[in-house]
Amino acid sequence: MLADKDRIFTNLYGYQSYGLDAAKKRGDWDGTKQILEKGIDWIIGEMKSSGLRGRGGAGFPTGLKWSFMPKESDGRPQYLVVNADEGEPGTCKDREIMRHDPHKLIEGCLVAGFAMRACAAYIYIRGEFVHEADVLDAAIQEAYADGLIGDNACGSGYKFDVYVHRGAGAYICGEETALIESLEGKKGQPRLKPPFPANVGLYGCPSTVNNVESIAVAPTILRRGGAWFAGLGRENNTGTKLFCISGHVNNPCNVEEEMGIPLKELIEKHAGGVRGGWDNLLAIIPGGSSVHMLPKSICDAVLMDFDSLRAEGSGLGTAAVIVMDKSTDLVRAIARLSAFYAHESCGQCTPCREGTGWMSRVMQRMVTGEAEMEEIDMLLDVTKKVEGHTICALGDAAAWPIQGLFRHFRPEVEQRILNYKKSRNAA
Amino acid sequence: MNISVRNAEKFEFTAENMTWAEGQMAKYPANRKQSAVMPLLTRAQEQNNGWVSIPVMEYVADLLGMAYIRVQEVASFYTMYNLKPVGKHVIEVCTTTPCWLRGSDDVVAACKDELGIGFGETTADGEFTLLEVECAGACVNAPVIAYKKEYYEDLDNDSTRKFIKAIKSGEVPVSGPQTTDRHKSAPQGGPTTLKEFCAVQGGQE
Repeated sequence: MLADKDRIFTNLYGYQSYGLDAAKKRGDWDGTKQILEKGIDWIIGEMKSSGLRGRGGAGFPTGLKWSFMPKESDGRPQYLVVNADEGEPGTCKDREIMRHDPHKLIEGCLVAGFAMRACAAYIYIRGEFVHEADVLDAAIQEAYADGLIGDNACGSGYKFDVYVHRGAGAYICGEETALIESLEGKKGQPRLKPPFPANVGLYGCPSTVNNVESIAVAPTILRRGGAWFAGLGRENNTGTKLFCISGHVNNPCNVEEEMGIPLKELIEKHAGGVRGGWDNLLAIIPGGSSVHMLPKSICDAVLMDFDSLRAEGSGLGTAAVIVMDKSTDLVRAIARLSAFYAHESCGQCTPCREGTGWMSRVMQRMVTGEAEMEEIDMLLDVTKKVEGHTICALGDAAAWPIQGLFRHFRPEVEQRILNYKKSRNAA
Repeated sequence: MNISVRNAEKFEFTAENMTWAEGQMAKYPANRKQSAVMPLLTRAQEQNNGWVSIPVMEYVADLLGMAYIRVQEVASFYTMYNLKPVGKHVIEVCTTTPCWLRGSDDVVAACKDELGIGFGETTADGEFTLLEVECAGACVNAPVIAYKKEYYEDLDNDSTRKFIKAIKSGEVPVSGPQTTDRHKSAPQGGPTTLKEFCAVQGGQE
């Protein structure tokens, strides 16, 4: 188990104040000026050597992403955009950072923004997080008042602003280009890439979009060194990670653990185990709703990191672990996710706009068994027609949970269809 | 999309909201005022009894120099803008899978029973509107209701009824976990980590 001394988010649960004084006592804003004085190359070098991979789901190396920002300005300002539009079902970690440890995020904005030559950071927070946005805003005002950000951030001579921008209820705005569109005051519909945001992003200017957790861990990494972070976890899957354990466990919770912790250990140590014991486990969605579910046989031994879960055909995603015990109607659980994606499709690409609705309607019938056997293959075929044929990954995200269900639990759905037919014939 | 007809001839921000709106516009580059459309619509909705009418959209559009249709596109795209009148108390119940696994069906049943309305409906006295929302993002505290600025978490049938009764009697219920012995998103019964940090009380949040 990860030692407390290696935990970054020491106020994860909000037992202490979020305010600046308490944050400084926890080690935030300590020597930030000296970090900036070491220069952009040093910062990016440390971030690269830490091995940090983006915490928003895709797992792209953060230091590398920062290095894509133009080194010579052509006159356009550059922006850091923080993705706080947390909405992937199962995920509730960024909320804790923003309401309990906002200064980690604000300090992270400064060092990350400095390293990418940005003039400002816009933190795009989902609209439902009203309280969290208020706390974050208050923390930002504290940081301005203390000279930590603003015209002369931390006395470094660097001018840097941090703004909060509230969304208004659209999951798709968690997609980076949709988020940028939304920030520009438009419908949140994703853009085609290329051009990538690092060249043409917010207001047509070079921009980088990072997840809250990726930014909030940066100051600690820079203080303790990339090697410290890289020493935790496994190669290519380094560091600590916030896990959200929800569903059928005795004590659902958020917890910061080492990357690569066995899934079973994570649940038993921190969430009080599966309801009714480990043997009562049916399946787990290990990384937020978009990834393939895993049956118990795989959950027994799988490690919680990018590469281990990928090897099992699933993914770490946002590290939101959704546990389902044997009482669960898995078909209904996935059908509800299909309804979610149908609701959240932005309507721009035909395969997704039409496909998510169609898949959701068929999944609804699969719940009762009111379907033909050959519709299973038709449904899987449609998931393949949607996957990879849309501008953004929402189409993929809608396809994968269904594919995961049938990959591991197809006989159960077939049985349900047979049972329905039998009951109809009997009546 | 169900766009309601004009309910009023005119909308304009109060002086206080106007000052606030100017502060919002100042967050963005001078020629990018359109970026403020979402915060302005949100504040206008609050001032307009919880919904965005056509005069509201036109007012915000004029303020930001936007075409009316661009504001209407935004208002109809994002689910938090109500395009028809809502009750004084809007109860938003999350029913996405993590909440459903923890019993959101019971929470929904309690809401419908206590209020006598279904999703998307408003009580005849105009007091309550019940809405179904997609993942609220508080899954380890499921099931969840969003009400005003706060989340009400770890609900079951009984605590949901209590919550609604409290609102009916004019109280603002205490937000956060509605179960005993749970602090925010820490495990029930106390944290498994960071015990020395958690011993320090006085979270001001």
